[in-house]
Amino acid sequence: MPAQIVQTNPKPFAKVAIDPVTLDIIENALRNARVEMDATLVRTAMSPGIREQGDAFPLIADHTGKMIVGQFGSFIGGFLANYDGTLEEGDMIFLSDPYSVDGAISHSNDWLVLLPVFKDGRLIAYTSMFGHQSDIGGKVVGSMPINAHSIYEEGVRIPPVKIWRKGEYNADLMKLVMHQTRKPDWCAADLNALIASCRVAARRVIEMAERFGDDVYVSATQELLARNHRAMKTLLGQAVSEEPVSFEDYICDDGMGFGPYRIRCTMWREGETVVLDFDGTDPQSAASINFYLNENMFKMFFGIYMIMVFDPQILFNDGFYDLIDVRIPEGSLLKPRFPAALSGRTHALGRIFDILGGLLGQKTPEFLNAAGFSSSPHLFYAGNDTRPGKGQAWFQLFQIGFGGIPGRPLGDGPDGHSLWPGFTNVPNEFLERYFPMMIERYSTEPDSGGAGLHRGGNGIHMTYRFLSAGTIAIHDDRWFVPPWGVNGGDPGKRARKILEKADGTTQIVGNKVEDLAVEAGDQLHFITWGGGGWGDPLERDPALVGKEIVQGLVTPQGARAYGVVADARGEVDEAATQALRADMRAQRGGALPVFNTGPGLDALRAACQAETGLPAPIPPVWPQAEAAE
Amino acid sequence: MGYRLGVDVGGTFTDLLLFDTDSGAFWRHKTPSTPHDSSEGILNGVTAICAKAGIAAGAIDYFLHGTTVATNAVLEGKGARVGLVTTEGYRDIMQIARSYVPGGLAGWIIWPKPQPLAALEDTVTVKGRMDAQGQEVRPLDEADVRAQLAVLKAQGVEAVTVSLINAYANGAHEARIGAIAAEELPGVPVSLSHEVLPEMQEYERTLTTVANASVRPVVGKYVSNLRNRLAAEGMTGKLSLLRSDGGLMSAQKAEEHPVSILMSGPAGGVTGAIWVGRNAGIRNILTLDVGGTSTDVALIENLEPRRQRTTEVGHLSVRASALDVKTVGAGGGSIAYVPALTRALRVGPQSAGAVPGPVAYGKGGTAPTVTDANVVLGYLPENLLGGTFQLDREGAKAAVQTIADALGIGLMEAARGIIDIVNENMFGALRMISVQQGYDPRDFALMGFGGAGPLHVNAVARLMGSWPAVSPVSPGVLCALGDATTRMRTETARSWSRLARETAPEDLLAVLDEMAAHVRAELLADGVPESEIATSFEVDVRYAGQAFEVPLSITAQILADDGIAGVLARFDEEHKRLFTFNMDTPHEIVNLRAVALGRALDLPAAELEQGNGDPSAAKVRDHVLWMDGAEQAAVIYDRARLKAGDVIPGPAIVCEMDSTTLIETGCVATVDKVGNILINLA
Repeated sequence: MPAQIVQTNPKPFAKVAIDPVTLDIIENALRNARVEMDATLVRTAMSPGIREQGDAFPLIADHTGKMIVGQFGSFIGGFLANYDGTLEEGDMIFLSDPYSVDGAISHSNDWLVLLPVFKDGRLIAYTSMFGHQSDIGGKVVGSMPINAHSIYEEGVRIPPVKIWRKGEYNADLMKLVMHQTRKPDWCAADLNALIASCRVAARRVIEMAERFGDDVYVSATQELLARNHRAMKTLLGQAVSEEPVSFEDYICDDGMGFGPYRIRCTMWREGETVVLDFDGTDPQSAASINFYLNENMFKMFFGIYMIMVFDPQILFNDGFYDLIDVRIPEGSLLKPRFPAALSGRTHALGRIFDILGGLLGQKTPEFLNAAGFSSSPHLFYAGNDTRPGKGQAWFQLFQIGFGGIPGRPLGDGPDGHSLWPGFTNVPNEFLERYFPMMIERYSTEPDSGGAGLHRGGNGIHMTYRFLSAGTIAIHDDRWFVPPWGVNGGDPGKRARKILEKADGTTQIVGNKVEDLAVEAGDQLHFITWGGGGWGDPLERDPALVGKEIVQGLVTPQGARAYGVVADARGEVDEAATQALRADMRAQRGGALPVFNTGPGLDALRAACQAETGLPAPIPPVWPQAEAAE
Repeated sequence: MGYRLGVDVGGTFTDLLLFDTDSGAFWRHKTPSTPHDSSEGILNGVTAICAKAGIAAGAIDYFLHGTTVATNAVLEGKGARVGLVTTEGYRDIMQIARSYVPGGLAGWIIWPKPQPLAALEDTVTVKGRMDAQGQEVRPLDEADVRAQLAVLKAQGVEAVTVSLINAYANGAHEARIGAIAAEELPGVPVSLSHEVLPEMQEYERTLTTVANASVRPVVGKYVSNLRNRLAAEGMTGKLSLLRSDGGLMSAQKAEEHPVSILMSGPAGGVTGAIWVGRNAGIRNILTLDVGGTSTDVALIENLEPRRQRTTEVGHLSVRASALDVKTVGAGGGSIAYVPALTRALRVGPQSAGAVPGPVAYGKGGTAPTVTDANVVLGYLPENLLGGTFQLDREGAKAAVQTIADALGIGLMEAARGIIDIVNENMFGALRMISVQQGYDPRDFALMGFGGAGPLHVNAVARLMGSWPAVSPVSPGVLCALGDATTRMRTETARSWSRLARETAPEDLLAVLDEMAAHVRAELLADGVPESEIATSFEVDVRYAGQAFEVPLSITAQILADDGIAGVLARFDEEHKRLFTFNMDTPHEIVNLRAVALGRALDLPAAELEQGNGDPSAAKVRDHVLWMDGAEQAAVIYDRARLKAGDVIPGPAIVCEMDSTTLIETGCVATVDKVGNILINLA
């Protein structure tokens, strides 16, 4: 049964003509309101995940629930279709269950608030925001157990409920929810921040409607959607061929020893409509790497990529949705059946962007980017502080890592940066002040960016020295299947994790592990992967390669990938370089491939233990039975 | 008393304002800037303005100067080559920065890779480590330090900065490296992060220290050159520069700490607005400084400008106090265009700049700009006063017509559309500093200045509900006026980073007192008499775990009377105003600052002759302009001939040497006793 919207004023909005200037002014004002949502959130949130790393996403929608500004697309249509209840003035919806909103949020850590905005008794807009909570209870600290077999192990699940009902706060509900988390203070602050942001945007919408008139405001939102529809229609017709193109990439493993998991997407155009079909994607995992991909969210990702790649002037909204048809097989990694575990979805979520890039650029390699830092690797560290004077105080850290931006048509990929919008790293002095750790190294990993005319960005080599015994968990990927290069560029180097014990011995650690005990004095080397290279590395200026040796970004050995012979001081041997390049050109023969994905799965598997220090993942098998309840 | 000379060097013009502190009379002058050596333009101006006032240059007691020399050094990468010494394991600190990529989802595709301010090849690391409590974990390896400094020496660095992890908690290692550097690289200036910015957060502290070192030689050279040339003209007055936070600092101090003058330019307008506001009896002001390529806005509450702890220069965010000035890429030169795919009307941020400039300037510009739209609509009359500058209205019309055609609307509608869009962009920036900070813009007046501010101030005031819209006296040289009328200021900051409940008020007071003594000593050294120095404190507080601190001004008296609880109560009140809620979480006291101020000058403006309310004596001619969808009859006035109390009904235009004020239909302007034009709804 769909939601019942209660309006005390039944008068429908009248469609009125909007002059182009008013339209642009309203669009501008909506954009400003969105910026205000972000600013409000960051200033008042408390968990490092949101306040330092900006892991939260705002949305302003029209009165029917279509997104006018935001970046993850609107889930509101789907929500309204499934919500069995009323929606009226003074209500605010709160939820965290991905299965309740068709995956609009993709794991239970993301708490979402939705505020229907009423003006004079009529529903005129929605504002919404979701953000990642650092802990929502469940079997592990941080609530993202890679080894979960169902969503029941991943902490509190909140179906759509009213946190405010007709202006009245549901305190008991919130007591119940906050009782489930290890960090109620962070959760309370972050939820307050989400609510404050939605209220700010709601106020702005009402002010706009007061300024221009309700009918003008609503008509303008419809025209903004229509304008985007027109622009995208033109763009799709120009950029997407009727002939199908496919691209596939992998999640290295599921943390249980199985992998890799394939994600495959095929794109073609039928008349005005672009079809994006994930047929050929592997079935869902028995562990938590599943990513419940909402079709509308994927339409938005697709649209944003189109726009960024081809015409950054367009502002995106939901207007073009009916031009895209997304098909995701039921029971696949991207549309797992309830109650599949979802908390480790970040790898597939990230990989989707590499796949989009690979799809869109195939017919127009000049617009193609290499594979990049398409994930949010993270570290959990928790325990009771055993240092003198700390009174065994509980601590828990959730930290997102960064890596190499891919080589791009524009140039080199930045080293050690974030592909995610708005994310920043946490100052190491902050970590050292508030957690029992010292950060012994925070640098880029030389040679990890794929060689190319435009080098892939280097990953980060971060060394944590733990000062208290505790447990850690690691979630990372791209340790087995390398990030690919394009247009002749090499793949980037893969991720690695090394635990250096206090006694000096070292051990290679997996890239998806839970509950690993560490002792005071242990050091963890958390090395992320580099971005793929773009273009022929033999075309790169040898002097630039020499300079990057001096800068410590490339080693003399790594310079060989560019066909450059240089010493540790970056002095390039011109003659030897020419000879090496000639030799390499002769050996490669023929045209360079558009994609360089490395030696292929079989070869990677055969060399896995020797190259990574870890056993190769076992090809996944899918039991006939449904996942255990 | 005597004469104070304010000098503001902009990209195109050098503005001067000479102030007679006894009578309140002032003289202003505009002369072309001389980018190859700014002092040339300044001297031209000094000669001219002294001639106007009939005084000798030697009669000027204070030479007060706002300059973008430091800003440009950063933006154009013309700073010194800086070598950076940092902790082992952190060589890439400037390369990685905060890992932040602007531009939203997929923004990385089009984001250019920035070059760090200290090049990686000029960055070395040394062994030795402090922990977060300031305890030494590993001693400094001095042989290693010397070896690494030798690397920097071989690289040919012009300045050395030392920024070590946790140096904010204990600067001993930095100090030792500084001493060794003095031996190993004699004559090369050395900056230490714990001295420049003793605060937590290694990237921001390092960047600030590097930025400081980078611009130091440039600023030093600039100041000594200027000082010598002024001395040669017989000027012996005191030379001070305007800080980003709106205070003045001695030129010597600016040479040591140029990171404090990075936003000297925009600060001048805000301090000028404060002087105007004080004389006009307006205490709450939003400023709208419209230039050729961008617009700066700021908020002044009760004649105090809002400050912030960071200075944004290009893509760099440096930790140094600055006025909270927001900049949008919307100015007279902003280009209007209609993208083919969306057919939306966009204005800026691309700008025609000074060259080729707007079409109407006839210097080869072809793209329609905001100025062209103003010309087409008749808001900028073709014949400006003086008649030396003829505007090409037909050219402007042809350019704006291309926009009209792309949108399928009329010429005038398109021109007004361009104005409406650019006004809206200014409105957006003003909202960021007012509504978003919890202020109601209806409690503020809006003051427009800079070349084009008075053209837009009326329309933007209407959007904001901020009345009156003010066109101040001398809107074109308000920055120079601000330079001339503000006071000396200095501050020092320190990390505290303790929970409030673990902080004893007497400990806090002891540290604040020590800091106060430090800043007083600085002003004393700059020649401010002890009796004229006032000190105040700021404490940054947040709920433990938040990223955003709320700065609170407190006095020793408040601390003595109400203790820490008094500070926290003020925090809760401010947090609620900003964010609508409070929490039960413990409070954390994050940073402390002590500020010392020189005496506030009582510099009254000269009063105008009182008129009878009828401005017709100042009428230049009748005029026609386009407003509210139709051609309308208007009148052009000469500002120099207006008298106090004159009442001007809109639509009307008031011209002066370097600016034009537009009074819109439905509004009425009055001239106050010192010559400000105050526009209100009729």
